[in-house]
Amino acid sequence: MQQILFFFIRNKNFLLFSVLFLFAFALTIQSNSYHTARFTSSANFLSGTIFTMKSNALNYIGLQEENTKLLNENVFLRKQLEVFKSNIGIIKKDSSDLSVKYDFIPAIVINNSYSKTKNLLTIKIGSNDGIKIDMGVITSDGIVGIVNNVSENYATVQSLLNTNSQINARLKNSNHFGSIKWNTEATNIVQLTDVNRLAPVKVGDTIITDGKSTIFPEGLPIGTIKKYELGENDSYNLDIQLFNDMTNLKHVYLITNNDALEIKELEKEGEDEQ
Amino acid sequence: MNNSAILINILRFITLVLLQVLLLDHINFLGYVNPYLYILFIIIFPLDGNRSLLIFLSFLLGLSIDLFGDSGGVHAAASVLIAYLRSPILKFSFGVSYEYNMIKIDKAPLIERLTYISLMVLVHHLVLFILEIFSLSHILLLLKSTLFSGIFSIILIFCTLLLFSRKS
Repeated sequence: MQQILFFFIRNKNFLLFSVLFLFAFALTIQSNSYHTARFTSSANFLSGTIFTMKSNALNYIGLQEENTKLLNENVFLRKQLEVFKSNIGIIKKDSSDLSVKYDFIPAIVINNSYSKTKNLLTIKIGSNDGIKIDMGVITSDGIVGIVNNVSENYATVQSLLNTNSQINARLKNSNHFGSIKWNTEATNIVQLTDVNRLAPVKVGDTIITDGKSTIFPEGLPIGTIKKYELGENDSYNLDIQLFNDMTNLKHVYLITNNDALEIKELEKEGEDEQ
Repeated sequence: MNNSAILINILRFITLVLLQVLLLDHINFLGYVNPYLYILFIIIFPLDGNRSLLIFLSFLLGLSIDLFGDSGGVHAAASVLIAYLRSPILKFSFGVSYEYNMIKIDKAPLIERLTYISLMVLVHHLVLFILEIFSLSHILLLLKSTLFSGIFSIILIFCTLLLFSRKS
């Protein structure tokens, strides 16, 4: 017994080191898997408060640019509104059919990383405002990522620039689809993989969201094709130049799909029957 | 350690964490190069201080950085490792004089100081990036990040030490 005790006392530093190192290692492994509750997340009170303070202090820098962006978006939406207005006279919809499928919630990015291989954003909005895991995040230019962790007042978003991300997308002028991944090389370029070789691919073509998942509505812009090559399995791998500047994000929108629950339940029933 | 040393170390801890997460994590020189100044805390922790305490504090230090950076436990792991390896690295860099508790880091010869700081930084960064990138297919990125961030951190740590060293 005494021997064991002496052994512990003699090696106490090594034991302490091993325990803490293994603990940290376990945290790392855990953070690499999507959908598990993360122990260390910047969606917590302490870092949230400090990042908010920083965001408030630096608010005025870039305000001009932000205003121009919002102005442009307003112009775009106004034009769309005019188109709908001119159509509304022709098609008379039943008023009960006016339920909205998607809701948009504005939020402010308080911390943004893009230099790592698994980048996340922190936004100042949380479960108190109805934010849930798996909501899509977009800006007026295109998609940003998917919410992967929520606390009461903050949430973290798994950015497109994250090697764990995988988002469905398709070509705008045909229905060929693939999944978007990131090879960590540039902050403005992502890869669209597994596109069927029959797809009519051209440099400069637009890539949009697919609408098959419940996260993003169909037709949100993502980027344009910059380069393409025929990869393994006879499918195209495309380099996509993003519309969004991922290094400069301030105002984002979160998307809630009001039909998500219904669709998921239906899909689950389908799986159960098989 | 007396009371003032404890106070200084607490202040240093908080300042370095805030400096790291609010400023240095967002430099992104050349797109991905960031210095990690916070390990200065481990480097200049009193040499006669309790070793177990240092290991534990390093864990807290790394964990705080992880908390802000959403990086799981990579900083905590790397920091704990260099805290544990500090004694051997000190012995290697400063030779016999370390064993007699004779050295002061800011008064040691330049070469010995540089060896000590570089070893600490490179070990830390290598482990950090191995854990952070966590994939063999990006090994080139891993080595590049270690080297560039390492050089950046060494320069910054050296300058900080020069800036705050007491004039004799």
